[in-house]
Amino acid sequence: MSGKNIKVDILARVEGEGALSVKIKDHHVADLKLRIYEPPRFFEGFLRGRKFSEIPDITARICGICPVAYQMSSCHAIEDAAGVRVQGALRDLRRLLYCGEWIESHALHIYLLHAPDFLGYDDAIRMAQYYPEVAKRGLRLKKIGNNIMKVVGGREIHPVNVRPGGFYKAPSKKEVADLADDLEWALNAALETVRWVASFSFPALERDYEFVALRGPGEYPFNEGRVVSNKGLDIAVREYEQHFVEEHVEHSNALHSTLKERGSYLVGPLARYALNFDLLTPVAQEAARSAGLGPVCRNPFQSIIVRAVELAYSCEEALRLVKNYGAPEPPFVDVHPGTSIGYGCTEAPRGILYHRYRFNEHGLVLDAKIVPPTSQNQKSIEEDLRQFVEANLDAPKDKLQWQCEQAIRNYDPCISCATHYLKLELERE
Amino acid sequence: MSGTPARVVIIGVGNAFRGDDGAGIAVAQQLAEQAPAGTEVLEESGEGAALAEAWKGAQLAIVVDAIRSGGTPGTIRRFDAREGPVGDEPPGRSTHGFGISSAIELARALNELPPQLIVYGIEGRDFALGEKLSPAVEKAVPRVAAQVLSEEPESARVR
Repeated sequence: MSGKNIKVDILARVEGEGALSVKIKDHHVADLKLRIYEPPRFFEGFLRGRKFSEIPDITARICGICPVAYQMSSCHAIEDAAGVRVQGALRDLRRLLYCGEWIESHALHIYLLHAPDFLGYDDAIRMAQYYPEVAKRGLRLKKIGNNIMKVVGGREIHPVNVRPGGFYKAPSKKEVADLADDLEWALNAALETVRWVASFSFPALERDYEFVALRGPGEYPFNEGRVVSNKGLDIAVREYEQHFVEEHVEHSNALHSTLKERGSYLVGPLARYALNFDLLTPVAQEAARSAGLGPVCRNPFQSIIVRAVELAYSCEEALRLVKNYGAPEPPFVDVHPGTSIGYGCTEAPRGILYHRYRFNEHGLVLDAKIVPPTSQNQKSIEEDLRQFVEANLDAPKDKLQWQCEQAIRNYDPCISCATHYLKLELERE
Repeated sequence: MSGTPARVVIIGVGNAFRGDDGAGIAVAQQLAEQAPAGTEVLEESGEGAALAEAWKGAQLAIVVDAIRSGGTPGTIRRFDAREGPVGDEPPGRSTHGFGISSAIELARALNELPPQLIVYGIEGRDFALGEKLSPAVEKAVPRVAAQVLSEEPESARVR
């Protein structure tokens, strides 16, 4: 097994593999295909026959970056099936847990994955060599998010404290209060992040998206709301499958999700922001305005600014929840789905994550459906790229390739929900 | 903080639902019962920033993960991160991935590498969805666990 040319693909995570190929012919895009891979399909089968109480922990394993989203969507679906609504202090604690995930995920994406594209560095490592303080700020922000997940969720990576109806154990008042100092720092660091990313220059691209996000009364959405769009959609979560369909496309083993009769749509930060700007706090709104954003942003490259605004919002919201915290007693309500179907949809950092479960009389899963945000965005990613490449046909290949990768990263495609190792082939004839 | 025993952390990395990618997790689960008191044993998904956080402040950190190099399944390789980049994959150049190699290089750039950072790789065969390890990988798990336990902190004589 010796030999100098062994390629050691060491330690490359294998959750998702994908590729983008673009063919340019006679001065237009002849073909553009995004192929991504989706573990949730496997999990849908894997969940059959499992007890309802096992679902949150199993689905949390789908994604190392957004386990909370999977737990929350599954819990809400199970509670919907059982006819239970979680409210008050339990609801607040879930919101705090979700803040932790947004902070962690947004900080990771902004600082370590996306910013290097704008600054012209191959990766965060090279960026860190020139801007060590910036990299450290990103890592500390991320750590603060992880720390919330640890205190509330029990663990950072695959939180184990979540159960249908609430939590196995509520953190003590002191444990939660101890998060406040870090969050004060994080809020300032997040506002600094908004100013920093606003100073980048952004490739020109404006898209007429149909934005889709949750919207509910009085608060920027995490766990609840109706599914709404800027083009007239306004439905309850349980009506989701009447309006959205998944279709097979030849070039990908993933399913493309579309809105019936209207086609592609966009979920994630840009959509949430456009549909819920009025529900951001004054501080977050002001940060957005100072960064040059209006209440709607249609340039996908500027999603990094919106993500930073949401980072600031999450820090401020977490701080509010931490200050008002009282340990819920008991830390859960009883949930026992019988023969029933339950629907859940929450706002993962990358956009809405839809779950539907059908249970038998013993609360065992008969079938499951999971639609992750990245598969909903696939069609939009392809359309962004097509429009962008068409408008930049004369750009040097290196630059175009760079910007295509950057355009895919606009979506923060999830490490295991969708794309991980993405190969980009750009071909000119 | 003199007198504090050197922090030793063992980190099993992988996804137990992706066949042989669960090798590192299997080693961590075995070591959770065998490791001496005071040694932390963690399971991680492989997301780099979380890894960098996990080994921060450790005198000795040992990371165990599956590898794919086309070699014989079950083959064990040991890397000393202080000696240079681990693996051939250029760090950072994937659309979402920020994995172990990247985490090591980022920590190096920020001067935050632990004094001793050892990576064990177990050659995997099958990374398809599923909960089972290949037989050769399963056999390698206790062998790697034993090797990990034989690693010792260089304690006081460092620096």
